[in-house]
Amino acid sequence: MLTEGQAGEVFDRIRKFASADEVEVLFSGGRSALTRFANNTIHQNVAEENYAVSVRTVFGGRTARASTNKFDDESLRHVVRASESVAKVQHPDPDLLPMPDTGGIGSPTQVPPRHFAETAVITPELRAEGVRKMVGVAERQQLTAAGVFSSGESIDAIFNSRGVSRWHTQTSAEISITMLAADSSGWQKANSPDVANLDASRLAEIAAQKARDSAHPREIPAGKYTVILEPAAVLDIVGFMFWDYAGMAVLDQRSFLNGRVGTKLFGENITIWDDVAHPLQSGSPFDGEGMPRQRLVLVENGVVKRLVYARGTAERVKRSEFRDRVGPVEATGHGFALPNEMGEMPFNIVFAPPDDPRTVDEMVAATERGILVTRLWYIREVDPYEKILTGMTRDGTFYMENGRVQGGVRNFRFNQSLVQMLSNVEMMSVPQRSCGEESFDMVVPAMKVRDFNFTEVTRF
Amino acid sequence: MKQVTQWALSKAAARDVSYADVRIGAQQSRALTTKNGKVGSATEAESVGLSVRVIADGAWGFAASAGLNRAAVEATAARAVEIARASARVKQSDVCLAPEKPVVAEWTTPHKIDPFTVSVEQNIELLLKIDAELRSVAGITLAESNLNFNREEQWFLSSEGSDIHQTKISTGAGYAAYAFAGNEIQKRSYPNSYGGQWQNKGYELIDELKLLENAKRIAEEAVALHQADQCPEGKFDLLLDSSQLGLQIHESVGHPIELDRVLGMEANFAGTSFLTLDKLRTLRYGSDLVNVVADARQEHGPGLGTFGYDDEGVPAQCTPIISNGLFTGYLSSRETAHTIGENRSGGTLRAEGWNRLPMIRMTNISLLPGEPPLSLEQLIESTVHGILMQTNRSWSIDDKRYNFQFGCEIGWEIKNGKRARMIKNPSYSGITTEFWNSLDAICSSDEWTLWGTPNCGKGQPQQVMGTGHGAAPSRFRGIKVGSAYR
Repeated sequence: MLTEGQAGEVFDRIRKFASADEVEVLFSGGRSALTRFANNTIHQNVAEENYAVSVRTVFGGRTARASTNKFDDESLRHVVRASESVAKVQHPDPDLLPMPDTGGIGSPTQVPPRHFAETAVITPELRAEGVRKMVGVAERQQLTAAGVFSSGESIDAIFNSRGVSRWHTQTSAEISITMLAADSSGWQKANSPDVANLDASRLAEIAAQKARDSAHPREIPAGKYTVILEPAAVLDIVGFMFWDYAGMAVLDQRSFLNGRVGTKLFGENITIWDDVAHPLQSGSPFDGEGMPRQRLVLVENGVVKRLVYARGTAERVKRSEFRDRVGPVEATGHGFALPNEMGEMPFNIVFAPPDDPRTVDEMVAATERGILVTRLWYIREVDPYEKILTGMTRDGTFYMENGRVQGGVRNFRFNQSLVQMLSNVEMMSVPQRSCGEESFDMVVPAMKVRDFNFTEVTRF
Repeated sequence: MKQVTQWALSKAAARDVSYADVRIGAQQSRALTTKNGKVGSATEAESVGLSVRVIADGAWGFAASAGLNRAAVEATAARAVEIARASARVKQSDVCLAPEKPVVAEWTTPHKIDPFTVSVEQNIELLLKIDAELRSVAGITLAESNLNFNREEQWFLSSEGSDIHQTKISTGAGYAAYAFAGNEIQKRSYPNSYGGQWQNKGYELIDELKLLENAKRIAEEAVALHQADQCPEGKFDLLLDSSQLGLQIHESVGHPIELDRVLGMEANFAGTSFLTLDKLRTLRYGSDLVNVVADARQEHGPGLGTFGYDDEGVPAQCTPIISNGLFTGYLSSRETAHTIGENRSGGTLRAEGWNRLPMIRMTNISLLPGEPPLSLEQLIESTVHGILMQTNRSWSIDDKRYNFQFGCEIGWEIKNGKRARMIKNPSYSGITTEFWNSLDAICSSDEWTLWGTPNCGKGQPQQVMGTGHGAAPSRFRGIKVGSAYR
């Protein structure tokens, strides 16, 4: 692994090669490996080690970035020249701020340890052993298994010529499994910085049970149903709204929050934080300029309280027509690496626990008629302001009646406004770390939602 | 570079592998964007490294590293073998590759102007002119434009004797104008949404696209959409422009014909396919007019799926996918060809870069144009009542590729052969084979465009790949329209 000392030495060489007013260097990369299986066989099995160094230079309000994965002197000289030559031909940008310095950047946000030695040293043999356990579950139940077991360790770092230096390293492990039967399937996925938190056999057993229980799916008509969305389904759909919590999105007038910050947009029971230090979260505690990620209340009892800001965006919003309509405006440590056109985004979403949490089983028992959804798939935005999203259910969709799961049903297409959905939440579970395929990892609850809008049924 | 690859091949051979190949890749990219009169991002990037793919004990192993000195290369090769032996612990049968004659070859994307020789200053000047033109229209609240250039040089050597040096160049450009008013955001893009048009070409593509010439019209349409009527709901004859049809082909033909999906290899992520093996040469995929090919050859055009050789050394080919409506072919690789009774790969294995495992990817999946001369205007004139939809806005399809829903940026109601009114928020949905069987007219070659889709995601870890899709405007009878806003 690249060490902080080695990265610092590379930064020193880059500074010597540069003639720009200011220089900022980002490091990213690490070691990763992924064992993939399908048809009860490991069919793909890969490993990689790679690091990128990305150089931003500034000449009097003009900036650009260049990157390479080669750290020899010639390559570093080349990447500095590339960054400087692109920066120099631009028009000065009056909105570009000087890079943060050690005085103005504040103290680093303290986060729990996210690097675990046991996870860093997972071998191909250990991953194969985990896969063997999952395939064993499939074979005992006459099912076919497909999935992944991945592991790795990574670094994120930033150094700038004003003395800022930030370093983050973490490990990661992930298991995802799909169990296939003749006409049904079940799915589970979990990840953590610490592999000790993953239980391959348990995930395989749950996925297998979902495949068995959803066998011989019947078709029921599309329409508005009460749904119970398991946490993975919740995160995959709600993830589509967090781009809009960027101050830049409001400046650009491409956010569904334009004109809505400070209003009660969702139900009283919806409170959402962004909190990189939450014990179930992961990721680095600083943003693309090294600013510490702050813990923020984005939504409180259904009211949208505020947005997130990179340094430059905050200053622009303070001078804009929006300044009095978007809540507190200050740099929050959520900016992307500059230069970019998107600004910032909250990536460490945590839903507040409900006053009266219910398990999924308790939600089912309290449902007269509805649909239980394991996961959602291929979600895309239909309407950017009403936040209507379309997508499909997948890998375990069940009909519920009289407080019991009655069996599998054919998968639905939905066209659902997120604003309406988060206004119709009747019950929630205790939030848990969850992962899906359409959005980033979050700490979210399962939700029971009324009047969820299914518009079509597919063939399986 | 050959010496470097030999270090890896020798190390793998010494570890008793039955097959090995090595790819060294050198990737270079430039990405420039503007937003509301300023440069949004300006980045140059390069990445160089090597990967080793082996079969040992009948199973696959793959390792990649940026290190190109002898010790690093040999360690990477040894790691690939170690991984393959771990794979062999969970297998049902040994991997078997279809035979392929070793090739010694050089290949480069034909191009007139190397895009990296055009100055960044000139690139930015063009984008800012477009930006100004878009924002000259009252009501435009956001203007975005982009230019992208990529070069990928690759050395491929295999234990069977292949030695291929290939350089691919691609260019992409486009822009979008947004109009926010009331409770509505409307958008128009040119020449296509999500980054515009992309082809394996040099900078000459930029002049061909007539970017500046179309900017004002596009911005005016974005503003005009606020006054347009909402798309009606019901069954209509549907006319699609060639860019939207290109994405329709991508999602409802290109993905389901990927043989790895069909065989369950992608079940955990991208999904499987309704095109089970029993459907080959028996399924009526579309009407008699539907002829689709998977063509990676240069003679098909400069698509993002055009190359000389795939990433396991198989020459570019043309495979008939749908022939007069009958389903006739899959996208295959050396590992999967035998499952459909073929003794040779269809040549579709590609990787995102040097550090990724090659997998079955679409090449250029194209709907061939109609033979009788037919322009879009003539197609409209021959339509009694229908809706013309242009430029994709949203896309979604289930994990077996049956049920789809697409939204477009703009629509036009056609009545008695004429555009009667503009409509906003158009969408349509359907079941793949029912949709393709409803096709009753395809415009001819003058209207045919080879579109590039630069952002096709697949695999774990996910890889992003460029694919090509040729299409001419077409008409589909009795399609469900407007249910996205029900």
